[in-house]
Amino acid sequence: MQRTSLIFIALVALFLLSPLLLNPYWVDVLNNVGLYAILGLSLNLIVGHAGLFNLGHAAFYAVGAYTAAILNTRFQIPVLWLLPICALSSGLFAGIIARPIIHLRGDYLCIVTIGMGEIVRIALLNNVFGITGGVNGIFGIARPSLFGISIQTPHEFFYLIWGFVSLTIFLFHRLENSRFGRALNYLREDEVAAEGSGVNVAHYKLACFVLGAAWAGMAGDIFAAKMTIISPESFSFWESVLMFTLIILGGSGSIPGVMLGAFLIIGLPEVFREFANARLLVFGAAMVAMMIFRTEGILPPRPRTYPSIEPPSGEGRR
Amino acid sequence: METFLQQLTNGLAVGSIYALIALGYTMVYGVLKLINFAHGDLFTIGSYLGLTLLTSLTLTGRLGVLAGILCLVVMVMGLVGLIGALLERVAYRPLRQSPRLSAVVSALGASIFLQNAVMLIYGARFQVYPHNVLPKMPLGLFGLYIPLVKVLVLVAALVMMMALYLFIQKTKLGTAIRAAAIDQGAARLMGIDVDRVILIVFLIGPALGGAAGLMVGLLYGQINFTMGWVFGLKAFTAAILGGIGNIPGAMVGGILLGVIEAMGAAYLSIAWKDAIAFCVLIVILIVRPTGLLGERVAEKV
Amino acid sequence: MSILSVTGLTKSFGGLMAVNDVSFDLAEGSIVGLIGPNGAGKTTVFNLITGIYRPDKGDIRFTETPIVRLPTHRIVSLGVARTFQTIRLFQNLSVLENVLSGCHCRMKAGPLRAMLRTPGQLREERRALERALGLLGFVRLRHEAQQLAKNLSYGNQRLLEIARGLATEPRLLILDEPSGGMNEQETIDLIVLIGKLRGRGITILLIEHRMSLVMRLCENIVVLDYGAKIAEGAPEEIKQDPRVIEAYLGTEEGEGE
Repeated sequence: MQRTSLIFIALVALFLLSPLLLNPYWVDVLNNVGLYAILGLSLNLIVGHAGLFNLGHAAFYAVGAYTAAILNTRFQIPVLWLLPICALSSGLFAGIIARPIIHLRGDYLCIVTIGMGEIVRIALLNNVFGITGGVNGIFGIARPSLFGISIQTPHEFFYLIWGFVSLTIFLFHRLENSRFGRALNYLREDEVAAEGSGVNVAHYKLACFVLGAAWAGMAGDIFAAKMTIISPESFSFWESVLMFTLIILGGSGSIPGVMLGAFLIIGLPEVFREFANARLLVFGAAMVAMMIFRTEGILPPRPRTYPSIEPPSGEGRR
Repeated sequence: METFLQQLTNGLAVGSIYALIALGYTMVYGVLKLINFAHGDLFTIGSYLGLTLLTSLTLTGRLGVLAGILCLVVMVMGLVGLIGALLERVAYRPLRQSPRLSAVVSALGASIFLQNAVMLIYGARFQVYPHNVLPKMPLGLFGLYIPLVKVLVLVAALVMMMALYLFIQKTKLGTAIRAAAIDQGAARLMGIDVDRVILIVFLIGPALGGAAGLMVGLLYGQINFTMGWVFGLKAFTAAILGGIGNIPGAMVGGILLGVIEAMGAAYLSIAWKDAIAFCVLIVILIVRPTGLLGERVAEKV
Repeated sequence: MSILSVTGLTKSFGGLMAVNDVSFDLAEGSIVGLIGPNGAGKTTVFNLITGIYRPDKGDIRFTETPIVRLPTHRIVSLGVARTFQTIRLFQNLSVLENVLSGCHCRMKAGPLRAMLRTPGQLREERRALERALGLLGFVRLRHEAQQLAKNLSYGNQRLLEIARGLATEPRLLILDEPSGGMNEQETIDLIVLIGKLRGRGITILLIEHRMSLVMRLCENIVVLDYGAKIAEGAPEEIKQDPRVIEAYLGTEEGEGE
């Protein structure tokens, strides 16, 4: 146990120093991995913990990104200040959208989320309300600045993004080991039993959508600031599939699984960039193979242990 | 009035294509309770295979228009049906006992695989169907001039749907399919070879989808490897509209969706045309998830 | 005081009348049995009481509060807990986490407090853990706390369901065939357990096929057949009621009436 902890800490330290060792291209790849890690963790609440098939998560990402873009370009509000606002807008959006569909059975919910994602994308494309800029999107989004330092290079973004990833992991880990996290697990395992045990299933389904969306919205804010230009094509169904797949392949429901998934799905194709055309072919085949051979993902969640419990010495045995 | 009738014929033609594709979804869902995400790509394969066969074998040149087209349709349906059966064998059969999520992911993976396989083989650009396959003259019906192609597509689709309906209702195999869709376990106990039923479903469904692909090629003149996505989702909407798992429902849903979409495009806005289908989808799932003709399945507590 | 009163309860599924004008009262602190041949509608009555189905007609009051229109989780937090005939545990979660699900409705912390780990939230978690472990001790499953629920024996799974129900701090506990799959010794232990529950002031309503258990434990028995109540009374009366005997065994000559 001690040894693996040390190795883990060494790896983390190495990772944190990597921007100094790698060229900007690879640092940017790691930045993308980080963004998808945040998205994956947020979707994991919905898909991994609550067991709801959401294939439209890119819509929440888009709402956050566009909120940031619009408020920043029109009102010059600093991007980092917009984080809570983007969380709010995405969360609110999710609350409104999810309410009427939350009771739908698994497959139906899946299809509706796909449809919802597409409607959002089409609405953005058609310059809905006249503020989304149509097919060209919005440009001229400001870079974030933290304590007066403007964040511009991939190196600087690395620390911002991975700082946010670390915060997300920290908070979500706490969430997993709490009444809220358990409630999501119960409703995934057996809705009827959960409701029969006193868990307000409808409420928690909605809550995990809202929370997951809010986090995706914040990721969207950072994305907008990083790219300075956003357009509807960054928020297509394919993006939702990516987020969904990285959770499933990495190990749905577990934080290490999602992190691994992000590295594999986003990072690995970069390594095989030369085989650009065959990449997606392999991707699709890998998904099928993975489901057949290891359906729970590479790093599925392990059953929770409560270290504070020592089994009694033999009293009360059956 | 003329626009209305014009749009109506458009809607019926496109709707019958949606219906053919929707049948594939609904049959598979009925028997396996699985959304075959790869079905749209089988439709795409149908149109590309049609193109290849048409241009390389010059069937219409050799056999004359009618026989040539017929031959083409049969070949495309047969080939796509086989691919469909292969797909089931490789990507879905191993997951029969696994949780539903696995099959969904596998279907997504298969879809990605197939779509990109088509792209790699045929290239990413639009491919064009030969213009002179069918005689160009429009038919004069109800005071309109309707291109022959549209009428043929509609008639052909209706013939296929009728044939399928009779097959499902009147033959032993068709009854076996219906039985397996209601309760696989009970069907097995009654001596129905469920594996064979599933095989048949994965032959017929994709075959119809392939035929639809061919029709799209002939109707619109150009095809692209991403069409499966849009057509697939709309056809799925049609299947849900009619009641997923319900075969007549898929037919009704397809035609209805085609007409709604055509009317919407003409009278509301062309830009939002694609969104119309998705809106219909969401409204139906909220208001009446079992669809217009569907059945409700209750869960015993 | 009548802790639960059911009046004129009626429910049909399509053409099938599953529950037909059933009425009965439960006195607080009593143990009441609901018996009847298979398909008599007993579990449906339970599902109606716990809000899983909505009745077509009739009224259900729990301590004078009408609960008919309430969602199931609300009914649970009002104090009505249940177990399921087919055992619905969270199979892939641990025994302890199964019991903790019952604690859920007696806790308050939401996601925000969870992420911030406020002292109140930590206290609440600790207390829930203690209570859950205590309940596991009560059903003698304490040593299996970290085991996955699906790995327990059938009889132990039933006990776990009871522990989960108890975690909701119920005033009325509804047990659906609690002794299903249990052997003689386990059944005896179960009888003792239920007796202890009554000692804690919990009212028990149970469906059972094992007559020995019903006759031993219940002060009052309600008998259903084809969805209708055909008899109600003390065990001795029920045992000799000709309508009850007929419902279970049929008449002497079989058909023909």
